[in-house]
Amino acid sequence: MLLVLGRRLANIIPTMLAVVALVFLLFSVLPGSFISGMNEDGRSTIDPAVMERMRKEMGLDDPLVERFAKYVAATATGDLGTSFRTREPVTKMLAGRIWPSLKLVFAAMTFAILVGVTLGFLAALKPGSLIDTAAMVGAISGLSLSQFWFGLMLMYLFALKLQWLPSFGYGDGGLRNLILPAIALGVGPMALLARTTRAAVLDVLNADFVRTARSKGMSERRVVEWHVLRNALVLVITIVGLQFGSLMGQAVVVEKLFAWPGVGSLMVDSVFQRDMPTVQGCILMIVLFFLVINTLVDLAYVVIDPRIRYR
Amino acid sequence: MRKLAWLAIAAIAVIGAGTANAQQTPRKGGTLRMTAPYAASFGSLDPHVTPRAQDDIVGKALQRSLYNWDTAANKLTLELAKSVSASADGLTYTFKLRDDAYFHNGRKMTADDVIFSFTRIMDGSKGYPGARYVRLIKGAVDVEKGTAKEISGLKKIDDYTLEMTITDRVDPGYYFFGGSTAILPKEEVEKGNYASNPVGLGPFKFKEHIPGSRVVMDRFDKFYKTGQPYLDKLEVLIMAEAAARDVAFRNKEIDTSILGPAQYVAYRADPQLSKGILEVAEMFTRSMHMNLNSIKPFQDKRVRQAFNYAIDSNLIISRLVKDKAYRATSWLPPSSAAFDKTMKPYPYDPEKAKKLLAEAGFPNGFEFEWTTSQNESWGLPIVEAVIPMLAKVGIKAKPKLVEVTVLTEILMKGDHQALIGSSLTGPDSLATLRCYYSKTPRTACNYTGFNNAEFDKLLDAAAQEGDMAKRDEILKKANNLLYDEAPVWFFNYNKAVLAFQPWVHGLQPNPTEITHQYPENIWVDASSPAK
Repeated sequence: MLLVLGRRLANIIPTMLAVVALVFLLFSVLPGSFISGMNEDGRSTIDPAVMERMRKEMGLDDPLVERFAKYVAATATGDLGTSFRTREPVTKMLAGRIWPSLKLVFAAMTFAILVGVTLGFLAALKPGSLIDTAAMVGAISGLSLSQFWFGLMLMYLFALKLQWLPSFGYGDGGLRNLILPAIALGVGPMALLARTTRAAVLDVLNADFVRTARSKGMSERRVVEWHVLRNALVLVITIVGLQFGSLMGQAVVVEKLFAWPGVGSLMVDSVFQRDMPTVQGCILMIVLFFLVINTLVDLAYVVIDPRIRYR
Repeated sequence: MRKLAWLAIAAIAVIGAGTANAQQTPRKGGTLRMTAPYAASFGSLDPHVTPRAQDDIVGKALQRSLYNWDTAANKLTLELAKSVSASADGLTYTFKLRDDAYFHNGRKMTADDVIFSFTRIMDGSKGYPGARYVRLIKGAVDVEKGTAKEISGLKKIDDYTLEMTITDRVDPGYYFFGGSTAILPKEEVEKGNYASNPVGLGPFKFKEHIPGSRVVMDRFDKFYKTGQPYLDKLEVLIMAEAAARDVAFRNKEIDTSILGPAQYVAYRADPQLSKGILEVAEMFTRSMHMNLNSIKPFQDKRVRQAFNYAIDSNLIISRLVKDKAYRATSWLPPSSAAFDKTMKPYPYDPEKAKKLLAEAGFPNGFEFEWTTSQNESWGLPIVEAVIPMLAKVGIKAKPKLVEVTVLTEILMKGDHQALIGSSLTGPDSLATLRCYYSKTPRTACNYTGFNNAEFDKLLDAAAQEGDMAKRDEILKKANNLLYDEAPVWFFNYNKAVLAFQPWVHGLQPNPTEITHQYPENIWVDASSPAK
C-alpha cells in the first residue's frame, strides 16, 4: 500500500512539470500583457516609461527560455513568484484563497453525494417508478443547467423572494453564505452521480452473486447493504473522485457570481489582467488538488474492494 | 373650532417641515456598503502600486493626496494643504500644508511625508504608475534614473511648508489628486507589509481585507475635516457580476450599485428604484480611432468627416446603449472647462457623407478592418450596428474581434486600421489634447498618428499660457479644430449611473469616476438596515 502511495505521489511530479511548461508557454504566446491590461477598459492610462520599468522589474524583457528556467527553479523550491498585479508573493495570495475554495468544494461535493447518490439509489431500487422518472428528469436537468443561470435563480428565490439566505459574499465564512454557492456548484456533480449510481446499482442488482444471496433467503435490506451498496460504490467513487478533483477548477463561474473569494475567482481575474505568475500558481494549485484527490480515490478502491490490487 | 383646526393643520405642517429638514442634517453613525464592480478582487491596497479605478474606491477612504476633485464646483481643490502660492514664472509652488492631518497611526503629517512619498514613487527599480505624474517635479527623473537619491525640486521649508519646483507650466493639481500619488507614512511603508495593513490620512482606517470579498474600514476620529466622516463603518464589497449586484441591491444587501445599460432601463422604469439614481457624464470618450498611417482614405479629412456624418450615433445610443451615454460632440467631455458648449455634434447625413467621399476620390467607398472588443457599450454590438450604416455610403467594414486586454497594446503598436475603444479624457484638458500633439509618440497616446501644425501651435500656446482661463480658451480652439479634423468617429461620453438606496445621502456625481466617492461626505439615515 505504501509503495502504491509512493509511486502515485512520484507520478505527480512529471505531471506538474508538464502543466508548468504548458501554462508558461500558453501565456507567453497569448496576446496582451499585464501592463496593457492595467488600462482597465480605458479607465486608466499607463505611461510608456513606467511600462518599460515595469517590464524590467517583472523580468518580462528576459528571453523566454531564461524566464522559464528561472520559473521552474523557483517553483521547485515552493516559490511561485510575485504577482504582477499586487506585487505580493503568489503563495501568500493563494494561502488566503485556498480555505474558502476548499470549503466551497467540500460543501458542493457533500451536497452532490448526499442528494445524487440517494436519488440514484432510490431510482435504481424502483426502476420505472415515479421516483425513478423524477430523479432522472432532475439529473438530466442538473447536467444541462448553466451554473450562472442556476445560481441567479437560487439568489432570486432564496435571497430575494424568501429572504432565507444572503445572496452573495463571504460573510463571516459560515454556512449561511456557503449554502447557495455550494448548491449552484454541486448541482452538476449531483446530477452525474445520480445517473451513475442508478446505473451502477442496477448493474449490481442483476449480478449473479445478488441472485445467490436472495436465493439463500437473505433479507432484501441485507442484500442491498452487504452486496449491492459496496459493489456499486466502486464506480460511484470513481465519479466522486473525478468530480471532486475538477470542482475547484469548475468553481470559477460560481465564485465570481457569488463574490466568493476562492482560487477560481482569483484565477479568472488574473487571466483577464495577464497576471501570469498568479495564473500559473492558481492552475498549479487546481492541478495539484486534482492529482491528490485522484491518488486518494485510487487508494480508496483497495479499501472498498479487496479484489483490486495494484502492482 | 374652525380656528383650532387651522392651528392644528399649521402645527402639523411645521412638524412635517422640521422632519424634512432633520432628514437633510447628516446623521452620525451607521454603515455604508459600497460595491467595487470592476474586477473580482482588488489589485493592491498600497496606492502607489496600482493605477486601477477599482483600487481607488478603497483608496478614497483610506488615503489622501495633495489635491482632490471638488465635485460640486467641478474643479480641483487643495486637500492636504491649506494654501498654495505660485511664483511669477508659474514653475515654483509653495504649499502651506495642513497641520491637523493625522495618519491612522496617530502621527501628524509633515512635509517629510510628501517628500518621502514622491521619492518612493520615483524609485526606478519599481515602475510605480504614479511616476508619470511625479516626473513633473524638477529632479524627479534623476531619482528615477538612479543618478540622484533626492528630488531636487522638492524643498522642505519647515514641517508644514513645502516648495515644489516643476518643469512645465501646468496646474500641479491635475498631477497630484489621484490615488497613485497619495501621501503615505514612511515608518509604515518601511515595515514591509503596507498592502496588508495600509495606514493613510483618509477619513476611514483599515480594519479588514478578505481578498476577493471585501475591505472593511472604521471611522477615523482624528480626520481633519471637523465632524466628518459621518459613518461609523464603511464596507467595500467586491461584486463584479452585474446580475448578482442587481439581486443584492434589490434585496437591500448593498447600498450602492453601478448600473449597465439593461439595468438602467429596468431601474428607470421602476417607480421606487428610479428615485435612487445618480447620473454623471464621466470623462471617458468612446470613439473609433482611425490610424492615419494605415490606409490612404484615412489620411483625408473629408473621409474622416464622412464617417461622422454616415453613422446615426443618436440612434445607436438610444437603441443599443439604452441612453446610458451622452452623444459625443468632440474629444473633450462636457465637464471640461475647455469644452465649447455652443458646439453641436455631427448630424446624421449619409448624403453629405457620400458627397465628401466622392470629393475625396472614393465615390465607390473603400474597405477597412475595424478592431473591436466584446464590450456592450463600445464594442462588437456597436460595430455590428454601424456596419450597415457605413455600407449605405459605400464603406465596407470588416470587424476584427480581440480581447479587451489587448486593445491598448494594439493601439500602441499601431496594429490597427480603425479601433473602437474608450479613452480617459479628463480632467486635465491640456494633457488630454496632447494625445493629438504630433510629438506625442503613439506609445504614449497618439493612437491615430495625428499630425497637424495648427493644432500643435495651439497646444504650444496653451502650455505657455499662465492664466488658466486664457489657457482654456486656447484649448477650446484646439478641441474645435479636432472636431473639424475628425481623427476619430466621435461616438459618446459615458453616462455613469450609480443606483443608491433611499437611506443613503451625500453621494457625489464625480465625473472623473462615479465610483470614486469621497466617503466623508456620505451619511445614512436611520432607515438603513445595515448594522
